[in-house]
Amino acid sequence: MSQLTAPKIVTSRIGFDDSFTLDRFLATGGYEGLRKALTMSPSEVCAQVDAASLLGRGGAGFPAGRKWSMLRKNDVSYLVINGDESEPATFKDHLLIERDPHQLIEGVLIAAYALQVNQAFIFIRGEFALGLERLQSALNDAYAYGAVGTKILDSSFSIDLVVHPGAGAYICGEETSLLESLEGKRGFPRIKPPFFPAAIGLYGEPTVVNNVETMSNLPWIISNGGDAFAALGETPSTGTRLFALAGHVRNPGVYELEMVKNTFRDLIFDPALGGGVPSGGRVKAFIPGGVSAPWFYEEDLDTPLGQGQVADKGSMLGSGSVVVMDDSTCMVRAAWRITRFFSRESCGQCTPCREGSGWLERILYRLEHGEGRVEDLDLLLDLCDNIAPGLSWPPQQTTICVLGPSIPSSIHSAISHFRDEFLAHVKEGGCSYA
Amino acid sequence: MSALTPDRRTRAEHLVALYPEKRSALIPICHIAQEQEGHLTDELMIEVAELVGVTPAEVQGTVSFYDMLRIEPVGKYVVSVCTNIACLLAGGEEMLEHVEKTTGTRRGGTSSDGMFTVEEAECLADCDVVPCVQINNRFVRTTTPETFDALAARLRSGETVTDIPTSGIVSRVERSVGLVADPEVVAQERSALRASDQKATS
Repeated sequence: MSQLTAPKIVTSRIGFDDSFTLDRFLATGGYEGLRKALTMSPSEVCAQVDAASLLGRGGAGFPAGRKWSMLRKNDVSYLVINGDESEPATFKDHLLIERDPHQLIEGVLIAAYALQVNQAFIFIRGEFALGLERLQSALNDAYAYGAVGTKILDSSFSIDLVVHPGAGAYICGEETSLLESLEGKRGFPRIKPPFFPAAIGLYGEPTVVNNVETMSNLPWIISNGGDAFAALGETPSTGTRLFALAGHVRNPGVYELEMVKNTFRDLIFDPALGGGVPSGGRVKAFIPGGVSAPWFYEEDLDTPLGQGQVADKGSMLGSGSVVVMDDSTCMVRAAWRITRFFSRESCGQCTPCREGSGWLERILYRLEHGEGRVEDLDLLLDLCDNIAPGLSWPPQQTTICVLGPSIPSSIHSAISHFRDEFLAHVKEGGCSYA
Repeated sequence: MSALTPDRRTRAEHLVALYPEKRSALIPICHIAQEQEGHLTDELMIEVAELVGVTPAEVQGTVSFYDMLRIEPVGKYVVSVCTNIACLLAGGEEMLEHVEKTTGTRRGGTSSDGMFTVEEAECLADCDVVPCVQINNRFVRTTTPETFDALAARLRSGETVTDIPTSGIVSRVERSVGLVADPEVVAQERSALRASDQKATS
């Protein structure tokens, strides 16, 4: 049974037509969290975020409080917000940026105060033209209102925010690539170590990189207390989370649900949520957390929507995007399309990813188009093994960033569960779904 | 002689002033420069280089990495159709083929009247209104061939559709102020804050 009683923490204003305006924001408790934070000391604000046990909402799920505590002490430090949402079928940050930009700005200011950074940058995917306009307008209004700039809200804290447009590259969602891009360079992920920008980040200075949804949770956490947030869900997956539901469901969309208390079955089938698979279809497979995640199947539907619960089953909650594929879906075609995406978006620095993704894509293409061979299945898995040795989850890494090791997920999933379908493509000389 | 129009040049200088290092303004300025001619000409890239203090080759090297920055002319309206997984399941590939027919140009090409450029896009993050179509980076939400054709006809007839400006992604809303927090004041505030915070927690 779905549990839908949890408060809407980040989507409370979405229902209003003017949800993105300062007037609506102020009429609905806007900037109150920031006002409260400014009466607290920075370490008290950090303590609330720690108490909330807020996990990063970008994909890796790293505890925000811990990330903050790793920021190297330095005279100059920065906060960078990752709004480059590009993981296929993830569209939750899009909603937050376009429909509640002031909430995001307020969250960024709270974090900037807690971390005592010198300046903050909000990196927004270039394809979000309307989102960029709404966010820049909101920031202009926030400056005029006195929430950003010198001595904000009559406190002794001054800070500048910059909205920065991206220019179209999936890889810039990787935090070190994002920093390179923000520095005006090609979006090449940086070699690790250092593993975290908290040590060496933007312009070589300590930097915290946080996701849009993570920031949007902060006003509520400060207003209501970290404990109230932690009381929702189940440790360590606390609070609510946005789930972007897409694919073969009646009501695709973004749903804010209490963590752990609901399952994938609830999300996909509840009439108030996904509403089930249209035209009597069945769930053949679904992707639980972005296309980098290994697939789930009908038997996994009762897995709770929690970070640990999904990890225990060998996948990840990742970016919170759930894609449902019904029994009319060709799994070879699905795996091919996802692999082509990675092939196109590989930055080209590392051989396993650059070459591997291209070969994988071509082999899957020929299988889908009836020109494959039986040996191709083992060849695919061998290539995958070269990119992520052992094909374990989480994957082993042979590359600078995790784009490469994400490529095998869909291929390994599809071949493991639908081997017959691949073989049928070979035998029948093409795709019977087309 | 500036390749950028005077107002764009001013806007570019404002952008440079927003960052601790000038080069960070490279991509935002490219967005503004690009919409002047529809693409980034050599002259524009040379001027961007001068504005942010790098060589023109570095600008071109950066520009070539990004899908949205163009060094070749495009049509007045760039139609991007997503065929990634969520759209694939909803007929994105069929929609792209339809758009090719309606506009009379193949993916990657521009129609002979210069009206439409057609692109196959990767996920545009609007996966609940599928297949996803953008025109000039605006979500037009034409999910059927008929609705797309109707919109294309309006654009072709020269009608101005306010939701689909011919301008770029950062042009219609300008930043109203530059940086206002003086770095020295910020530095003083931070050290004062650190001192009092340490005292409070120790």
